[in-house]
Amino acid sequence: MNWITNFSIWIIPSIILLILLTATWKKVATYEMFVEGAKEGVEMSFGIIPYLVGMLVSIKVFRESGAMDFIIETLSPVLSMFYIPAEILPLALIRPLSGNGALGMTSDLIATYGPDSFIGRLASTMQGSTDTTFYVLTVYFGAVGIKKMGDALKVGLAADVIGIIASIIIVRLVFL
Amino acid sequence: MVNIIWVSLFLIGFVFAAIQGNMDLVNEAIFSGAKEAVAICIGLISVLTFWLGMMRIAEKAGIINGVSKIMSPFVKILFPDIPKGHPALGYIISNMSANLFGLGNAATPMGIKAMKELKVLNGNKEEASRSMITLLAINTASITLIPTTVIALRIEYNSVGPTEIVFTTILATTCSTIGAIIIDRYFHFRRLKKGG
Repeated sequence: MNWITNFSIWIIPSIILLILLTATWKKVATYEMFVEGAKEGVEMSFGIIPYLVGMLVSIKVFRESGAMDFIIETLSPVLSMFYIPAEILPLALIRPLSGNGALGMTSDLIATYGPDSFIGRLASTMQGSTDTTFYVLTVYFGAVGIKKMGDALKVGLAADVIGIIASIIIVRLVFL
Repeated sequence: MVNIIWVSLFLIGFVFAAIQGNMDLVNEAIFSGAKEAVAICIGLISVLTFWLGMMRIAEKAGIINGVSKIMSPFVKILFPDIPKGHPALGYIISNMSANLFGLGNAATPMGIKAMKELKVLNGNKEEASRSMITLLAINTASITLIPTTVIALRIEYNSVGPTEIVFTTILATTCSTIGAIIIDRYFHFRRLKKGG
């Protein structure tokens, strides 16, 4: 499925071109606006540091102690029956709970297995494919004082499961 | 919940290290993990800075508004309980388009404003209404066109094709969003049946 990878490399340049042409046509001060928005990007990157340090240290301790390997080896036979790589399980479990935790896990997987490995690509796709259900739930309902969540949690978690299964199937079809 | 998991990762790690005699590796992991985390964030600055700059231009050029207009008929189908022309619809549309472009910081305030309007529509009850659950479902599944942070991370680890995963991500996120909408509908009709 080479055309999919070829198509992917066109997406970003096309979007940038569309943005710049539309903005110029509408007489937007493009460069000034760019700088203004970019400042937010700098702040965001620094803002992630405390979260990522906390999460990555705990994940690394867990991996280096041998606990991660133990879990992977124990669950591998069962999971491989469903074509699920056991290496991905910790990421799948932490994804709905903590966005920064998942980011830490994804970076750990990419660092360990390489960005262009099957695991690296699968982790990348999973990281981008769902949002942190518990975070969204807490922030949105917390802000307006909703105490009875109804079916919201079930729906959110079901969506996460679908996203994870879809990621595995799609990455398998495209890259294997 | 996150607190418990975080502490457990450490505790289980220390116990395992003690049993398997890996304490030296764990000691190293503590410091190398912290160092790596900071290095990743420094690496992220480049892409995040560039992309958020681009997105600001898109916002000012009215592109995000334009996308909102295209999305509005779909949103009306998704939220049949909201009366026509109600401000909640506008906020929901802005929330969804900001998510689409990976503007999480812009999406959250819009989503919260939408929730406030929905609460008023629901008679200020402390219970989540049908529309609230739908909005939440869409946000947890979150369709994203460009997974910026992941691309930055892949560049950081010298990927030969850092953007290769854009298409697979869009496909997967579309699946989870459609799934969320279908499940949301299913639960809604189940509630209706139960309620009589």
